[in-house]
Amino acid sequence: MGVEALAESLGQNVLTTTLAKLIGWGRGNSVWPLQFGLACCAIEMIHTATASVDIARFGSEAMRASPRQADMMIVSGRVSQKMAPILRTIYDQMPEPKWVISMGACASTGGVFNNYALLQGVDKIVPVDVYIPGCPPRPEDLLNALMILQERIKAQGITPRQ
Amino acid sequence: MADGAGESVSSEIGQGITIAKTGEPGAFGGELLTINFGPHHPSTHGVLRLIVDLDGEQVRRLKPVIGYLHTGIEKQAEALRWQQVVVVTDRHDYLSPPINNLAYALAVERLLGVDVPPRAEALRVIMSELTRLSSHLVWLGTSGIELGASTMLMYCFRERDTILDMNEEISGFRMHTSYIRPGGVMADATPRFLEMLDRFIAKMPSNIDEYEDLLTMNPIFRSRTIGIGRLPAEDAKVLGATGPMLRGSGVAWDLRRSMPYSGYENYDFEVATSDLCDCYGRYLVRIKEMREAVKILRQALDRLPDGPVNIDDRKVLPPPREELETSMEAVIHHFKLFTEGYTVPPGDVYVAVESGRGENGCYVVSDGTHKPRRVKFRAASFVNLQPLERMAMNHMVADMVAIIGTADAVLGDVDR
Repeated sequence: MGVEALAESLGQNVLTTTLAKLIGWGRGNSVWPLQFGLACCAIEMIHTATASVDIARFGSEAMRASPRQADMMIVSGRVSQKMAPILRTIYDQMPEPKWVISMGACASTGGVFNNYALLQGVDKIVPVDVYIPGCPPRPEDLLNALMILQERIKAQGITPRQ
Repeated sequence: MADGAGESVSSEIGQGITIAKTGEPGAFGGELLTINFGPHHPSTHGVLRLIVDLDGEQVRRLKPVIGYLHTGIEKQAEALRWQQVVVVTDRHDYLSPPINNLAYALAVERLLGVDVPPRAEALRVIMSELTRLSSHLVWLGTSGIELGASTMLMYCFRERDTILDMNEEISGFRMHTSYIRPGGVMADATPRFLEMLDRFIAKMPSNIDEYEDLLTMNPIFRSRTIGIGRLPAEDAKVLGATGPMLRGSGVAWDLRRSMPYSGYENYDFEVATSDLCDCYGRYLVRIKEMREAVKILRQALDRLPDGPVNIDDRKVLPPPREELETSMEAVIHHFKLFTEGYTVPPGDVYVAVESGRGENGCYVVSDGTHKPRRVKFRAASFVNLQPLERMAMNHMVADMVAIIGTADAVLGDVDR
């Protein structure tokens, strides 16, 4: 194969990019959520995974029961004071890099329950990347949050939390 | 964990220990192991935690630990005005919001001494039955997944989506509708809602056939459920089980029939029971209940009376929008209602309705002010957890999952 032919075939078959972009592209399009249902929002989270909305279109249908295999936690519902340490433990068990979506008003701020029993916002114990308003939010809202998170992941590069 | 040398270490469970030896000898030459199951586990239906003593793989003791979703809903209700409490009743048993609304609304109406118009009663029945269907669909889908039938979830949530669309059409919200309120319902049914309901009723029986095709005669499903989690009728009664748990043990106790409310005595339906007393029996009861719910919906839609959907009492419900422009009195009523609410005569009342899980009761105490003194919910899920140990005794761990599934506990309802 001559040099010119080689150069021509390279032009057709090779893409140049940076490693950070490539890794961001891979991570962003295969976010595996933790299967962690808390309350009402968990039902809408299941709806997001079923046929009518279909989160699989965005590469996030692989809900993992083990935190070791997940890289995104969807805090789907109200977090009680008793549940808070467990939620933090599960978060700590997830491997880096990891992201958190706070789904719904209760997870984000305590919602309508401003009382002794609930954690007034899950961001008091874990860092949250995307908040979704609503009580509970529609499945489309969760998809939108996932797309916002994907954009963020793609922009974050190789080492997100630095 | 070092060998326990005969002493029980179960009490230490909870400080991060997941497996501990109890020192008690088991039937197979080993000793009983204490296993922690949950609260974060894919098959506990939410955040239920169980501490299980295992002999080999057999369950010898089972202790549910609850409170991981305690929301303080009953306490919160004391800080809200009468009409605001409707919003928090939506959120305790989050799979059947309109039925929770109904229990609370009936209790408040009994204290107020008012009766809602017939159209409101029919709309309440329609919403209750739609909710029962959507609640059973979640149960069927998630229980199917736990026993390996993952297709069920897709089918069941397809129909549940249709029901949620109807919720949205009638109330503006998918899940927590707050549709049924003291004094009537939020708004009249739109013509589009009635059309959607008509189409749904026509389609639903064939969808239920589809679920039955997948499960009822399925050999894997049958071997995972028949004879598993037996709960004889006497035990079910003694342990306070209600709803499909009780009817799956052959006791025909359904509050819609035994203590009718909202005009249920005018509808023709059968109380679903099964004498099998096991997980399969409870499955059959729920399938039958879904068919009966469709029947009730058809009757309610065909006989839907005309007329107002709210009581005509300006002290309890706001005046219509048009009146605000012409009547000073209406403006005053509106202002009073939204600044201090209405008062309810002193007294206490207990009202129970039949939710998808059983007797969903509401005990309300009024001291005559514009806020409730006490609101207590008799949660069916909480009481239905009592027979869990009885049902799971001497079964395998994998069968325990099927048993938790058919108990159909909603943890928001258990912990409130």
